[in-house]
Amino acid sequence: MVTENPEYLLEALHVVKVFGTLRANDDVTLRVKPGEIHAFLGENGAGKSTLVKMIYGALQPTSGEFRWKGKSVNVGNPAAARKLGIGMVFQHFSLFEALTVAENIALAMPGDFDMAKLSEKIARVSKEYGLPLEPTAIVADLSVGERQRIEIVRCLLQEPRLLIMDEPTAVLTPQEADQLFVVLNRLSREGCAVLYISHRLEEVKRICHNATILRHGKVVANVDPTLETAASLARLMVGADIHVVHTVREQSEGAARLKLDNLNLPADGPFVVELKNISLEVKAGEVIAIAGVAGNGQSELFDAISGERPLARDAMISFDGRPSGRLGVNARRNVGAAFVPEERLGHGAVPGFKLSENVVLTRHSSDRSLVKMGMLQSGGATVVSERVIKAFDVRKGKPDPEARALSGGNLQKFVIGRELDRKPGILVVNQPTWGVDAGASATIRQAIIDLSRDGSAVLVISQDLDEIYEVADRIAVISRGQLSETYRANEISLQQIGLLMAGAHEVKEARHAATA
Amino acid sequence: MRLLLEKRSEHSHTMVYLSPVIAIGLTLVTGAIIFAFDGLNPLEALYVYFLEPLKYLWTFAPDDLWSLEQLAVKAAPLALIGAGLSVSYLANVWNIGAEGQLTAGAIFGSAIPVMFPEWQSPLTLVLMLVFGVLGGMAWASIPAFLKNRFGASEILTSLMLVYVAGLLLDWLVRGPWRDPGGHNFPQTIAFSDWQLLPSFDGTLHIGTLFAVIAAAALTVLMGRSLKGFEIRVLGASPRAGRFAGFSRKGAVWFCFMLSGGLAGLAGISEVMSTVGQLQPSISPGYGFTAIIVAFLGRLNPIGALVAALALAISYLGGEAAQVSLQISDKIAKVFQGILLFYILACDSMILYRPRLIFNRAPAAVPAE
Repeated sequence: MVTENPEYLLEALHVVKVFGTLRANDDVTLRVKPGEIHAFLGENGAGKSTLVKMIYGALQPTSGEFRWKGKSVNVGNPAAARKLGIGMVFQHFSLFEALTVAENIALAMPGDFDMAKLSEKIARVSKEYGLPLEPTAIVADLSVGERQRIEIVRCLLQEPRLLIMDEPTAVLTPQEADQLFVVLNRLSREGCAVLYISHRLEEVKRICHNATILRHGKVVANVDPTLETAASLARLMVGADIHVVHTVREQSEGAARLKLDNLNLPADGPFVVELKNISLEVKAGEVIAIAGVAGNGQSELFDAISGERPLARDAMISFDGRPSGRLGVNARRNVGAAFVPEERLGHGAVPGFKLSENVVLTRHSSDRSLVKMGMLQSGGATVVSERVIKAFDVRKGKPDPEARALSGGNLQKFVIGRELDRKPGILVVNQPTWGVDAGASATIRQAIIDLSRDGSAVLVISQDLDEIYEVADRIAVISRGQLSETYRANEISLQQIGLLMAGAHEVKEARHAATA
Repeated sequence: MRLLLEKRSEHSHTMVYLSPVIAIGLTLVTGAIIFAFDGLNPLEALYVYFLEPLKYLWTFAPDDLWSLEQLAVKAAPLALIGAGLSVSYLANVWNIGAEGQLTAGAIFGSAIPVMFPEWQSPLTLVLMLVFGVLGGMAWASIPAFLKNRFGASEILTSLMLVYVAGLLLDWLVRGPWRDPGGHNFPQTIAFSDWQLLPSFDGTLHIGTLFAVIAAAALTVLMGRSLKGFEIRVLGASPRAGRFAGFSRKGAVWFCFMLSGGLAGLAGISEVMSTVGQLQPSISPGYGFTAIIVAFLGRLNPIGALVAALALAISYLGGEAAQVSLQISDKIAKVFQGILLFYILACDSMILYRPRLIFNRAPAAVPAE
């Protein structure tokens, strides 16, 4: 088994990781050669982070084996991983803003160190790799790209043989990303392997030598990305075996119930996507789905439509013809709109509150049976809660449990059921079946379609293309805060959606420029 | 072997109520050790400190009733402030400056007898109380405004304003408000008649009733009203609060006005009863001790009432310990600090289950 010059630097063989009833990794095998840039692709929740955390020693596998340079290893913790020569750059940096670059790096160095020597080394290594860093600079003053450099240099100082990068370009400008690619190519030439996690398929095609694609915890393909197209990679990620069950329904020419008209919303923080000139009409009786890779403005769009972040002008959004851009979330609910956010716990529901209390959360201003003269009518909430539980078959341990005690799928059924129970004229759902098991997904999708057939307008924001084809009459794609035109679901292919998702925004801007 | 905290799926209702009991037990054990180091008999010292004030409960001797009344009088401001702070802390609004709001309430309310010493009518009493509440609110409005407008940490601003209020009081009683006939003592004129709260029998005054009424009213507010629901949601999950259309800024104002107003009421009530005039020191740190009351009472207004009685014992015991054990009454502060420390530590068991793990060291990496 042990060879002198093993072909693979790292091998993960038949790795299984089970969380409760969820098989996050199901017989995953991944092989990384020395010096290669290996892309690790998959949708949100496909199990990428789980495997990477096991490689880095932050999680232990339920079964399966890891080999390092051909030898079986048991990586008990991140320190052990670093000792082997594995470095990791996380998506969310772990830096102390008030400390200097050198101090931050010193904190992660094992054993004693000499600050002056370390600073000198940081300056040298960072310069060598074209990642200029000033060791005495305070982190708070640095840009996101510079902060990432600190994390990378911190890994490089330990002379890693394998560098794991978790969506490194998600926070970078295109120019910063280009610089990063230069560094990664150089590392690769020097023999350091890179495990590169990303959603951005064009990047993967550009810099990666090999790609392993994960879907629902299973490896579905291992391909050479340079021979693939972005669209074919996208198809692999979401499943080549998509059975398009969607049949075109009679196009109802109803009135526009939800209308977005040149909706603009500036970014209000460093990780927030700016929404630019979004226009869309959702008619009575139809479901429109917005596809897109995570982090391209979906949650910002949801906040703008729900009114959690009010808009500058009333005309930017209308419900049933009523301009409502500056109304708050309850005023919008009172005109018949309902909203289901992506995050169930802590956004759609309060984790430590009982289900009946969570009914009050979104219905206190629209439902007269819940609040009288400012006092809660607990009986009213229980009636609603039990009705939702029955209608959506919410499984639970006791009559009125805390929201956090429910499984993801059951809580999602409850959160969606709570809104559907109001028979809303307009429903906006962000990621309706994210992290939800197949049975609950089917129930939820059916309920969404049924609502629209009763004359409501439904807008679904989703990353799951299976789901989009299953529920949508028309499809639009969001990328970098811009929305494409809408297409009839039977007129747009998976390849076209993949292209729109993968980087079509430049194309789109060019087209806009051309038509302007 | 190591200790592991395992997350529970729901919070443990048993631990919510057991945690303060364990904390009190640990505080007593620690206290006994401290007494032993001081060369005292720990059991005797604990008896003097914690049980002697309650002697009436088993002796029924009329002479012992006095200390029980003292207990109620000391518990009243603690419960009043603690109930308000409970609501604040549930909303994640950290008003640490109740002591300053108490002082401001005492100053505002006392302005009436100081400026119009001759005015005696039932209205005097009512107006003094109202001014006391308004004074506490006014003082609390400063950190609320700074928080909402500039994002300044209310923990720091409200705490620092305690010292500003203390110095303001000091200046007033030594300067403009000093009793002209008071032989230069730093105090205002002694209040009389309608400038004082009526008492039942000399010690116990109607201020204790305010605490009971406030606890009952706040229990209804938090448990039954939409406002209380809003406060709880915003404290538990700000993002869900925004989704429910509740205003974070509104909650900050509401909590500071409520807790500040109650602290002001406690302050003016103290001045109108136990103290009887303004002087440089009007409270043995009720505003700070009430923070412990709030946590010991499980951030529940009725709980605060019970916890206030427990903390009041530490004040009475401190006085008793000074007299019969010859130790500094600062020991009361030591006990209060230890108690808060243990409550916060034990509260982690509400959401986590402690478990001892034997022999499961992280698996080693084979040598290369």
